[in-house]
Amino acid sequence: MRAAVIVFPGSNCDTDTHHALAEVMGVPTDLVWHATPSLDGYDLVVLPGGFSYGDYLRTGAMAAQARVMRAVREAADRGVPVLGICNGFQILLEAGLLPGAMLPNACVEFRCEWVHVRVETGRTPFTASADVGQVLRMPIAHGEGNYVADRATLDELHDNDQVVWRYTDADGRRTAGANPNGSVGDIAGVCNARGNVVGLMPHPERCSETALGGADGRMVWESVLARVAA
Amino acid sequence: MTAPADRAVPDDAALREVALTRDEYHQAFDLLDRAPNAVELGIIGGMWSEHCGYKHSRPLLRRFPGTGPQVLIGPGEENAGAVDIGDGLAIVMKVESHNHPSAVEPFQGAATGVGGILRDIFTMGARPIAILDSLRFGSLDDARSRFLANGVVGGIAWYGNCIGVPTVGGEIQVAPCYAGNPLVNAMCAGLIRHEDLTSAAASGPGNPLILVGTDTGRDGIHGATFASVEDPEASHRGVVQVGNPFMEKLLLEACLEALTTGGVAGLQDLGATGLTSATIEAAERGGCGVTIDVARVSQRADRMTPYEIMLSESQERMLVVAHAGREDEVRAVFTKWGLHSDVIGHVADGQDVHVTEGSVDVARLPVSMLVDAPTYEFPVERPAYLDDVQQLNVEDVPEPANLSETLLTMVASPNIASRRGVYRQYDHMVGTHTIGPPGGDAAVLRIKGTDRAIALCTDGNARHCYLDPFHGGAMAVAEAARNVSCTGAMPLAITNCLNFGSPEDPAVYYQLSRVIDGMTAACEALGTPVVSGNVSLYNESGDQAIWPTPVVGMLGLLEQANATCGIGFGAEGDIVGLLGDTPPELDGSEYLAVVHGQVAGAPTIDLEAELAVQTVLRDLIQAGLLASAHDCSDGGLAVAVAESAFAGGIGVDLEAGSPHERDDVTLFGEAPSRIVISATAEAWPDVEHLAAAAGVSVRELGRVGGDRLRLGRIDVALDEAHRAWDQGLDTALAGRQSNG
Repeated sequence: MRAAVIVFPGSNCDTDTHHALAEVMGVPTDLVWHATPSLDGYDLVVLPGGFSYGDYLRTGAMAAQARVMRAVREAADRGVPVLGICNGFQILLEAGLLPGAMLPNACVEFRCEWVHVRVETGRTPFTASADVGQVLRMPIAHGEGNYVADRATLDELHDNDQVVWRYTDADGRRTAGANPNGSVGDIAGVCNARGNVVGLMPHPERCSETALGGADGRMVWESVLARVAA
Repeated sequence: MTAPADRAVPDDAALREVALTRDEYHQAFDLLDRAPNAVELGIIGGMWSEHCGYKHSRPLLRRFPGTGPQVLIGPGEENAGAVDIGDGLAIVMKVESHNHPSAVEPFQGAATGVGGILRDIFTMGARPIAILDSLRFGSLDDARSRFLANGVVGGIAWYGNCIGVPTVGGEIQVAPCYAGNPLVNAMCAGLIRHEDLTSAAASGPGNPLILVGTDTGRDGIHGATFASVEDPEASHRGVVQVGNPFMEKLLLEACLEALTTGGVAGLQDLGATGLTSATIEAAERGGCGVTIDVARVSQRADRMTPYEIMLSESQERMLVVAHAGREDEVRAVFTKWGLHSDVIGHVADGQDVHVTEGSVDVARLPVSMLVDAPTYEFPVERPAYLDDVQQLNVEDVPEPANLSETLLTMVASPNIASRRGVYRQYDHMVGTHTIGPPGGDAAVLRIKGTDRAIALCTDGNARHCYLDPFHGGAMAVAEAARNVSCTGAMPLAITNCLNFGSPEDPAVYYQLSRVIDGMTAACEALGTPVVSGNVSLYNESGDQAIWPTPVVGMLGLLEQANATCGIGFGAEGDIVGLLGDTPPELDGSEYLAVVHGQVAGAPTIDLEAELAVQTVLRDLIQAGLLASAHDCSDGGLAVAVAESAFAGGIGVDLEAGSPHERDDVTLFGEAPSRIVISATAEAWPDVEHLAAAAGVSVRELGRVGGDRLRLGRIDVALDEAHRAWDQGLDTALAGRQSNG
């Protein structure tokens, strides 16, 4: 088992994600430079949060053109679990590896706070160990997490069970106050049709240890570790 | 000094442009024994500005204690101070102002303030792990103050979030005196191993000087000199810089990586006066001269003059002194990060800064004259206003009939209400160090790979300093230390930013001198030396000087990260008490200002009592006896109790006690050196015992429980008070009427 955390210029959750995987979960993990042509030998690929290339263009648009993204696509095609967190999610959208797009938060402000998300499907490697309907408490930190997609895409997401997490209150109810960014359908995370490429806005690496105020993010890592080991 | 009558002197406009007085021009002339040319005059003006040369404050700043066993790098030695935190690790820290730019363009002014303080930290080789921002604005009833406040918060969020350094704390305070002159002080703390501390020295003649980062443009020329004169609005147009946090992120990573090559001899950031002070200060530290060829500086504007290149304050630039022969290796790291670099000169024998444009000489000045700005000292005379404002007769203050209503007003007031609406715009978690998030008395950050944690906060009550500069200065340090102690951390050292009006005004000079004396007394009493700092003078607009506003950034250490304490009440049935027994008074209180529209009284502090209270507080936390601890400051006992209840999500039923015959004085007085604590009923006897053994009084107030805030004559639903507190600042910042 070996994990890759991709480093783009401007990634800033790369070392946090490395810490969560390597130090907390005990997974051999490499920080992999964006110019790397191949991800052969990795069983898990994570695109971390941050502001790749400053996000001066659309969020994730520049990073989606980085050399390593060809290798990410190849790894995804091989069925390797790929997780995009926050900016990593935005990059996967821009790269076309996940459907949909991001808009600025409806509140037009950056939001860094704890939210609740409900697990909608156990079909992805990152939710396989969770119960559907399970509510996780995780932090968000983004200015553009307002997920959108056209009607046809949303229907497809629904029909193919591609919505992975939705924002809810602590009891798992979808309420107006529970969605921090205005995303359509309260969507917090989606996967590709195959289920191995997953993007989510909350940061599991920020809630993998109780000292940080919560450890619900471990579910994401434990799921994928169990899946890779199986 | 008398100048020869026949000496030609530049006209007033020319001198004003470089912020030199006629006398200073003559001093420069005499030191050089010739007339400085235009470029030299610009360099001298920049280096002798208040911002770089501290000409009005340097003699006063020498009073600060700057040494101690924990101090690795003290004030003035490098770009920031460094403090030992054990395990071979150090915290590098500093706070710096960006007041004048923020008054004109709040978003970019604040953003580049954050960028500047970050560079001061990573130029020492340390990785920045925390930002704190201490902000002051005029009344939020005024649309322009709201524009400034929202712009500043937006700029801090934009820069800090993008670069990925968490903004974990700070303050926002409003008072009318800041209407034309807001304060934006940014503090940064960085983490480093002792042996990796890097000097900003240009030493080793022949070593190349490499300029890396943004190309140099015409932006920000004379930022330092204009920050040192009055009326920022008039002076700052066209000199505000624009930040690029992505570029700074690349610089940060590339510089830290370049240091690991061993090819770097010194690292210096470019801040105020740009290349000028960067090269000159580095040369001074190295005891060498420097030679710079401005033609080799990459420029982003056409036909820039040597004068403009030397004084440009374009952001996100660093000066790297490489070991001769290793420059290619160092530059390769910058290239990897997509950064452009130029070798623009070298360290030279001798003691001069020598500027050329190609082969043409442009300037040659001795480093010593530039780093030794003329200093000014004035007599310290107590201004007459103090006698007026210190008058306070409590009997003349009408006691409100309904103290529950008073509490609701107080918790909704902008200086007390929840800061959540602001700090949730800041990424305060990135780095996964933050174990004590914003909202407590101090931020707590774990140090990965150790059992340790640090606590950080900023404090500085300007109203207290205005009413009594000495006691106010002491209280700023004491409150910062108290906030850190409330987390269980041992206060180690401070950094500070002194924001004052014009030192040429005798009342302001008195304030500056006495605030420094008060801070010095508190630093000595509490064992927290000053390791770094910054001075911002001429904070005036129109005729009005700001209140004297020292901002104290305090570092504390927890040897066991888990032996910490929060501010929120714990469980039903826990006992609430007040540690410390300073008699209640209304002097300088928020209550007096908010409810009665008065700024009056003479706040005082007893530093021995303060030390005793903080010491026993930390002992209680280390012994695991406390469920909560919260500093009793703005808004007094009632607000401290309310905040602990909000944080814990549980009500209280308490006696106010009757240390004063008037309940409003007991509840809202702001006497220092007091802490609201809570503990289980089982632990309480031990709390009393430990406190008694230390000679510190602890008064039992009542019990935690229920869904109401009951405190003496106050009786309100916790929900209602919480809502008022939660929305108070957001409502004010949005310019909406409060519904409270």
